[in-house]
Amino acid sequence: MAGVEMLVRSVLWGGRPHDLVVSGGKIVELSPNPVATGSEVELVDGSGLLLLPSMIDAHVHLREPGQEYKEDIASGLGAAAAGGIGRVLAMANTMPVNDQASVTRFMLSQAARSHPNGPFLHPVGALTKGLAGKELAPLMELAEAGCLAFSNDGRPVGDNALFLRALEYASDTGLPVIDHCEDPDLARGGAMNEGRISSLLGLTGIPVTAEALQVARDILLAEYLDLHVHLAHVSCRQAVELIAWAKGRGVRVTAETCPHYLLWDETLVGDYNTRAKVNPPLRTWDDVLAVRQALAEGILDILVTDHAPHADHEKEQTFDDAPFGISGLDTALSLVLGLVKNGFLDMETVMDRFAWRPADIFGLPANRFRPGDPADFFLFDPDLDWKVDERTMRSKGKNTPCLGTELQGRVTRHFLAGKEIFRLQAEDMK
Amino acid sequence: MGEGNPSFWPHKDLIDITTLDRDEIALVLETAGRFSEINERPVKKVPILKGKSVVLFFAEPSTRTKTSFDVAGKRLSADTFSLATSGSSLTKGESLKDTALTLESMRPDAIVIRHSRSGAAQFLASRLDCSVINAGDGRHAHPTQALLDAFALSRVWESFEDKNVLIVGDIAHSRVARSDVVLLTKLGARVRLCGPRTLLPSSLESWPVEVHSRLDKACQGVDAIICLRLQLERQAAGLFPDVREYARTYGLGPRHLAEADPGVRVLHPGPMNRGVEIDNELADSGQSLILDQVYAGVCVRMAVLFLLLTRPNQGDGHGRR
Repeated sequence: MAGVEMLVRSVLWGGRPHDLVVSGGKIVELSPNPVATGSEVELVDGSGLLLLPSMIDAHVHLREPGQEYKEDIASGLGAAAAGGIGRVLAMANTMPVNDQASVTRFMLSQAARSHPNGPFLHPVGALTKGLAGKELAPLMELAEAGCLAFSNDGRPVGDNALFLRALEYASDTGLPVIDHCEDPDLARGGAMNEGRISSLLGLTGIPVTAEALQVARDILLAEYLDLHVHLAHVSCRQAVELIAWAKGRGVRVTAETCPHYLLWDETLVGDYNTRAKVNPPLRTWDDVLAVRQALAEGILDILVTDHAPHADHEKEQTFDDAPFGISGLDTALSLVLGLVKNGFLDMETVMDRFAWRPADIFGLPANRFRPGDPADFFLFDPDLDWKVDERTMRSKGKNTPCLGTELQGRVTRHFLAGKEIFRLQAEDMK
Repeated sequence: MGEGNPSFWPHKDLIDITTLDRDEIALVLETAGRFSEINERPVKKVPILKGKSVVLFFAEPSTRTKTSFDVAGKRLSADTFSLATSGSSLTKGESLKDTALTLESMRPDAIVIRHSRSGAAQFLASRLDCSVINAGDGRHAHPTQALLDAFALSRVWESFEDKNVLIVGDIAHSRVARSDVVLLTKLGARVRLCGPRTLLPSSLESWPVEVHSRLDKACQGVDAIICLRLQLERQAAGLFPDVREYARTYGLGPRHLAEADPGVRVLHPGPMNRGVEIDNELADSGQSLILDQVYAGVCVRMAVLFLLLTRPNQGDGHGRR
């Protein structure tokens, strides 16, 4: 076969061995039969490994500019590459806030310098100036500079009229608005899910109603304006039921959730475990089951990590004082693999929610392994055990509840446009 | 000490009541009872904790609890040292962890901590080798207050079994209420709560309590009533309309006691807002145990310091965890 640059031999696709042929950064063929190639071809042995499309993480915090001690663009993208994630949408809560083109351009240039072949960074612009929720940010300028969506991030706009105007104005850019769904008044001062455990621990709770109320608002505004709204990190049954209702009416909403809402409930907060402090908070087991089912059924469209790295000393405080956030890029797929192995999800659904649907929602290229698709893929060993610790995580943020635990499943090699951006090294397995 | 040998005391710290079983609670109360005799002597001091150092780390204003621990420690001959927040490194932005490690480097045998954050005492206890005693953390727990309430009641009751205790007021923000509920139910009492819905925790279904919204009904047949202090800033937060309405609805007065058991006892953790959560004359009546609680506080804190600081292997292995 002429012009072929790479042949991945005997890699598992749909449960059967396939040969993958790549040329010019694109997929040539994915064949169930052995493919013959010339001697110049780079041969990759895929025996026993899963072939998966490079994933898109539509919700990450890379902390640069401003808080590089937590994470920087280079370390964050390094963690993404190791996690099988080829594109990330980086949130606007940097310091300064990404509410002007200079910040957007700075982020893009830092990414291009540290990871010229990817993973690729797509900035999310601030919806309002300084994320203050008072005035609209210059959305046109941000779009022209390279932002891929707009969001007020963890400081949702409580002013309904302003949020309505933001949706209208953003629609002229053609880019989606992502909303962190939480009524700021109902959630004020909250540190964990409101319920039995918060009441016993003496912590202020964040009720599920705070999330559901804002989800309901966004649904009503999306329907009223006939515009798209993307709902960030959905965590509870009430929100899921509202989204299902909205989709049944044809309202243009899409929604995401995270591995931690699929796996863990509020009991993980236990004895004031700040590594389990995340916003929205870990909810009840009933909510976990509802979120799982909604993801499987497509009511929740996509998976994101909401990667929120923090330094150890910031998490090592009293629960109220510790910041919200879980570091997720390194561990996302291994965590979700557990649900695949338990039969709650199948791998194709995972790839749809973590690669193909995000590409549709945010207008990014996707690899469905059809001829001509970008050769963005990774090889994944589903049986490889690894210990999550300071050395095996690429992110500077080690703030995950699974720190110190063993996970199964690891990316071994990761390619974007046919170029290798990650290869598992011996030190990654310590 | 004879029965209730402290060599069996298994806990390094006292963080909340949930970690104590009924026998351990009984041991604290019995030990407090034995120590109460010291408080009646002309020379109120014994050398039982001589050479031991106790740091009083009160990162939140407190007069009576801090003084009570101070008196308790000194009566057992422990050296007590105070760290006030004003002027301390905490006000200069130092983290709780660094403050704690600094304190432990001075090699105390125990740190008594009062802090505005729930979980602060546990935070220290999991990081320090010395004993940590929770003197109130946020709205989480105040174990020595619960123990002293029980001790004060145990001086007038033979048993807690089948006693009905009412806690009235701001339950949601009260670490005293949380610890009292756990302790009193462990001892066999039945607990009722009464307060406006805005001052009750959101998830009471898992608590072993009856919940009332009307104070006169809540008082029917009760053997003890614990009034909680009303924090006036709750009004600013919109949790109740004004102090007058609160006092009319939830302030304990003589008419409520008519509903209760004739021998009913009234308690209050102090400091009191007289005329708000409790009628002025009622606070000073023969049914009031409020001053007995202050006395009980010294006895119970002597017991707690003694049990923690004389437990087996105490004092070994200082250093960071």
